[in-house]
Amino acid sequence: MADQSEASDFVVHVDQLLKKIKYVYLFATNQVWNPLFEPLPRNRTYEELERIAREVRKDIIRVTNAAGSGHPGGSLSSADILTALYFRLLKHDPKNPKWEGRDIFILSKGHAAPGYYSVLAEAGYFSKEELMTLRKMGSRIQGHAHTDVPGVEVSTGSLGQGLSIANGFALSYRLDGRSQRIVALLSDGENDEGQTWEAAMFASFRRLDNITIYVDRNGIQNDGFTKDILDTSPLEEKWRAFGWNVIVIDGHSMKQIVEAYEASLKVKGKPTAIIANTVKGKGVSFMENNVAFHGKAPNKEETVKALAELDAGRGSQ
Amino acid sequence: MSPAAVKMESQRREYGRALVELGARNRDIVVLDADLSVSTRTADFGKAYPERFFNCGVSEANMVTTAAGLAMAGKLVFASSFAVFLTGLTYNQIRQSIAYPRTNVKIVASHAGLSVGPDGATHQMLEDVGLMRGLPNMTVVVPADARETYQATHALASFKGPAYMRFGRADVPAISDEGSDFAIGRASMLRKGADVTLIGCGQLVHTCLAAARQLETEGISASVVNMSTIKPLDTGMVDRCARDTGAIVTVEEHNIINGLGDAVCSAVAAHYPVPVTKIGTMDTFGESGEAGELLVKYGLSAEQIAMKAARTVETKKRMR
Ligand SMILES: Cc1ncc(C[n+]2csc(CCOP(=O)(O)OP(=O)(O)O)c2C)c(N)n1
Repeated sequence: MADQSEASDFVVHVDQLLKKIKYVYLFATNQVWNPLFEPLPRNRTYEELERIAREVRKDIIRVTNAAGSGHPGGSLSSADILTALYFRLLKHDPKNPKWEGRDIFILSKGHAAPGYYSVLAEAGYFSKEELMTLRKMGSRIQGHAHTDVPGVEVSTGSLGQGLSIANGFALSYRLDGRSQRIVALLSDGENDEGQTWEAAMFASFRRLDNITIYVDRNGIQNDGFTKDILDTSPLEEKWRAFGWNVIVIDGHSMKQIVEAYEASLKVKGKPTAIIANTVKGKGVSFMENNVAFHGKAPNKEETVKALAELDAGRGSQ
Repeated sequence: MSPAAVKMESQRREYGRALVELGARNRDIVVLDADLSVSTRTADFGKAYPERFFNCGVSEANMVTTAAGLAMAGKLVFASSFAVFLTGLTYNQIRQSIAYPRTNVKIVASHAGLSVGPDGATHQMLEDVGLMRGLPNMTVVVPADARETYQATHALASFKGPAYMRFGRADVPAISDEGSDFAIGRASMLRKGADVTLIGCGQLVHTCLAAARQLETEGISASVVNMSTIKPLDTGMVDRCARDTGAIVTVEEHNIINGLGDAVCSAVAAHYPVPVTKIGTMDTFGESGEAGELLVKYGLSAEQIAMKAARTVETKKRMR
């Protein structure tokens, strides 16, 4: 018995040593985050972020129109969060999507792929021309988030699974002593799924303080307003009761999106849920708060009108 | 019937219409959906009988198990969503609470198969028939067109016990004028030939008919069977086809593993072995694209079916 445990101590020791050596190697070769090496500027001002978000919104309109289907409403409500993540908050490298040092982002609400892809294209993961092939046969740009698309970390589309994936990443990274952040974007409809709460309970019990999630609370799901289909309120209290650090923000304020994220990085012992109050269809007057545009692409006239509105400055604060 | 004259109809719409009719007749019918009621058309029932319709939100596992509870308490329950969520997220719930205790729940899925189109692989369910037919006590129905969907909904309401029915999102061509009345467990012979039998289900039955017409121009005479119940399989019909034509081709909008093809193969192997070619998706996921072009890309067009049928006839001759 004694021999056995000594032997296993030795194995653990060697294992840890190997991990350290690997880490030094990764650090030296710029494969883990190193403050001296920033692939992307992460100091953009709120005004710059707002300008980028406007471009992203225009792409969401163009690309869903070109596809003739897709989910513009929930893409527009998430556009500011996604922009802030990819242009200021996340550590990532569009030139090297598999960079070991990157933070991990999971689009749990996989139908918001048009928003996600638009941000990834804007960040330079692939071309805008390729973006425009969304949902076409033979294209990599699949209808729901898919890992064949450069920059997409996890394939999603069936709601309610993203947080469990995040938990897996978070456990693994903690085991390996890696400091990268695990970030997921959930919809309010995903709070209907039991799995979300199984994952929520697990994350807090395991003290996964390397997780930050945003919940895009736009108040609309597929069949109608969330308050009429399955009311999730009081959502803050639910997440708090499940052991999470909860921050409620205006999900269209770059300042609040950024500050909440930065605050989450300092929290010890708990994962953080940022509940972002948003407007479905944000930025386009006739799409805002309109259930119809959850899963319907704008037609030609609507596209012209939407682009004109976005150019005229709606969609930013 | 020229291809241009084919009537395209929605199976979903006919499902919704049948539910509304049934709701008027039977006060014990309760309908559940999981935030897709507009797409599955259960919303039509919800409008007519709001007190007997429950939208469960995006909680499929909760929904099917609630359906089981309602049925145990005496209700006749129809629960709907997209095929991928309704069978994939709920398998053990269906197994334990519906199949095992023989609960009177009708699990009715729309958006099955490749023809979901642009939403892509995450939404194109190609394994649901396999999941459901593998469950003891489960009946599995795949109606061929809108009219048969309507009839099957009525038939399911009169049938006691667990059942799964699936159909697609896209409008499908009508075969009704060539078909007979629907009954659970009974296949129908739509066309009688001598060289090979095409056994199809769902919207591909129509494609089988087109393939048979094409084969005729090549001098091959094909039977076409609409196998609208996958389980219990009409083994009598399969046996007859095997004896009469000596070669079988199965056609389904489903993985060739575990679907109609495998069900037919089991029956053929047990009773009267003849060559069988299974046509379906070749153990692969789908992808984004338009319904029609995807069916062609994945080998489910009349031309490709005819080609494989001709090859199966060759195989039969070689084996003699
Ligand atoms: C498990 C599962 N069930 C059903 C669906 C179909 N569906 C797609 S989006 C959606 C609801 C949309 O509302 P929400 O989740 O709040 O997203 P958002 O409003 O942010 O777009 C549903 C039911 C799905 N994708 N996954």
